[in-house]
Amino acid sequence: MTGIFVDQGAVDALGSDDREPSSGGPWRLFVRNRAAVFGLFLLIGILVMTFIVPIWYVKDPGDLVARPHLRPGAEGAPLLGTDNLGRDILAIIVYGGRTTLRVAAGAAVLIVFVGVTIGSLAGYYGGRVDAALMRFTEFFQVLPGLLFAIVVVALFEPSFWVITFAIGTIAWPGIARLTRAEFLRLKNLEFVKAARAIGATDFRIITRVILPNAMPTLIVSTTLIMGSAILFEAGLAFLGLADVNSASWGLAIGRGREFFTINWWAVTFPGLAIFFTVLGLSLVGDGLQDALNPRLRGR
Amino acid sequence: MKAIAARIAQSLGLILAVIVLNFFLIQIAPGDAATAIAGDQSASDPEVIEQIREQYGLDRPLLVQLGIYIGNVARGDLGESIWFNEPVTSLLAERIGPTLLLSAAALGFAVVVGVAIGTAAARKPESLLSHAVTVLALIGFAMPAFWTGLLLLILIGVRFDFFPVSGIHDVDFEGNWIESWLDIGQHLILPALTLGIIYLAQYSRLSRASMLEVLESDYVRTARAKGLSERSVVFKHGLRNGVIPVVTILGLQFGAVLSGAILVESVFAWPGLGRLAFEAVTRRDTPVLLGVLLLVSVSVIVANLLTDILYRVIDPRIRVSGGDS
Repeated sequence: MTGIFVDQGAVDALGSDDREPSSGGPWRLFVRNRAAVFGLFLLIGILVMTFIVPIWYVKDPGDLVARPHLRPGAEGAPLLGTDNLGRDILAIIVYGGRTTLRVAAGAAVLIVFVGVTIGSLAGYYGGRVDAALMRFTEFFQVLPGLLFAIVVVALFEPSFWVITFAIGTIAWPGIARLTRAEFLRLKNLEFVKAARAIGATDFRIITRVILPNAMPTLIVSTTLIMGSAILFEAGLAFLGLADVNSASWGLAIGRGREFFTINWWAVTFPGLAIFFTVLGLSLVGDGLQDALNPRLRGR
Repeated sequence: MKAIAARIAQSLGLILAVIVLNFFLIQIAPGDAATAIAGDQSASDPEVIEQIREQYGLDRPLLVQLGIYIGNVARGDLGESIWFNEPVTSLLAERIGPTLLLSAAALGFAVVVGVAIGTAAARKPESLLSHAVTVLALIGFAMPAFWTGLLLLILIGVRFDFFPVSGIHDVDFEGNWIESWLDIGQHLILPALTLGIIYLAQYSRLSRASMLEVLESDYVRTARAKGLSERSVVFKHGLRNGVIPVVTILGLQFGAVLSGAILVESVFAWPGLGRLAFEAVTRRDTPVLLGVLLLVSVSVIVANLLTDILYRVIDPRIRVSGGDS
């Protein structure tokens, strides 16, 4: 679903962004983009909330701290109220972020590793290798993503590794196709020929010569993929496919939905946490896109 | 023709691969395969297990088992549901209609409104609307569908009581087929809106980008230079090409839409495949769950195939060159 925003990078012109973004240029372009800076602040806010706030907001999100269904601002209620059992919703949001972000980060690592490996091999070697790898990719592309993840997690167990693996398995084809396109674009350029002429091995050409030049596009796409991964994790948790012993945003919404008519805050605030995280990632991704591939601005 | 035949063969290969994947999911799932097929309820009964073992040939070599499984699937036998005590196939047949209705309504809404907004935005790239499209696309993408659904449900459905929020029919519904469809239509609005918003956001952004490009192109300038009316330029010359990327994405996203329907259906108790999958998860009804996966995967493959064939029919360039791959 993120593919449509980034595939254009593959057909981008060759000149300006062939080098690593080491000059001050991309960063200046990025900070001049107000939306992207806003997104960056959102992300920093989420990270602070998840990793710094717990240092002084020491709670167990599973504890029953007050009466159930206390609205935010009610007497004796925590800042964001309590859920149907009397758990502190702020604590659930603060500590639940870890679960979600860990899964998203883990899945992103897996997605990038598998996607880049398959995409670069297919793009670099072409021919039969390409055909075989692309058939394989196509197979994973037709699998209905969320449904496949649901089946895997339901068949095994809703642990961190299974959930991360399930999300990683379904989301890599986009990165693979993108990497392949970048490799097809770059592999016949002068500097690659030069590297081959001085006797560099295929492995070296792939990892040291071509890949760094494909990085701008891949970084943008990875940012957006993390947003999708968070939505996948939240969806699974909403359906109850999460580790029930650790708090999670999606799980909180799933648990609160039954009582939504009398307790809107137990559903609304965790949802806002998901929303702002994914929004932040999208804005930063778009900002990076504009900064690293300036020719596509405004598209 | 040759290219289409090749595409059909490729699709059949993909379907076979999905069946094989399904088979191996049963194999590698923790616990005994026979127990998995039988489910929690009858797993304690050794007689049932023994019967299943025989029926599915679980005492035979793996490849033979795979052959038996493929044969069963080809005959439409996906096993029995544990919870509903019904063949999985008939459950799926019962539930696929509402899901297709919901997906079609959501996509129809998203395409029509999205293209309209995107086109209007592309005509005035610096207008407020144009910037709003970009922002709304980001917001639409970032909102989890099930959360949007719950918010719509509470705001529109419960607080103002505009639309029914649950199921496909009123519980005490009676009436002829026209009233029946009107009732379904009312129940359809909120779920379709929820599912559609995600894609509305994407399509408006996509069609804005593609129309921006198209409206700058030479043939649009020529059309203007000929003195054609603005309406004719935008709708007859521009839109026909500007809408192509949306159609492409539409075919590719069919699987994602059906997946998204799972979450939305579970929020609104819409009796489709997604609701069935959700029920199967909570009741550990493995055969049903795998059945839904298989059916949805096959639907996606067929949808992709149809989009591809449609493409060749619509776009003469692909037809003449006999396909690109």
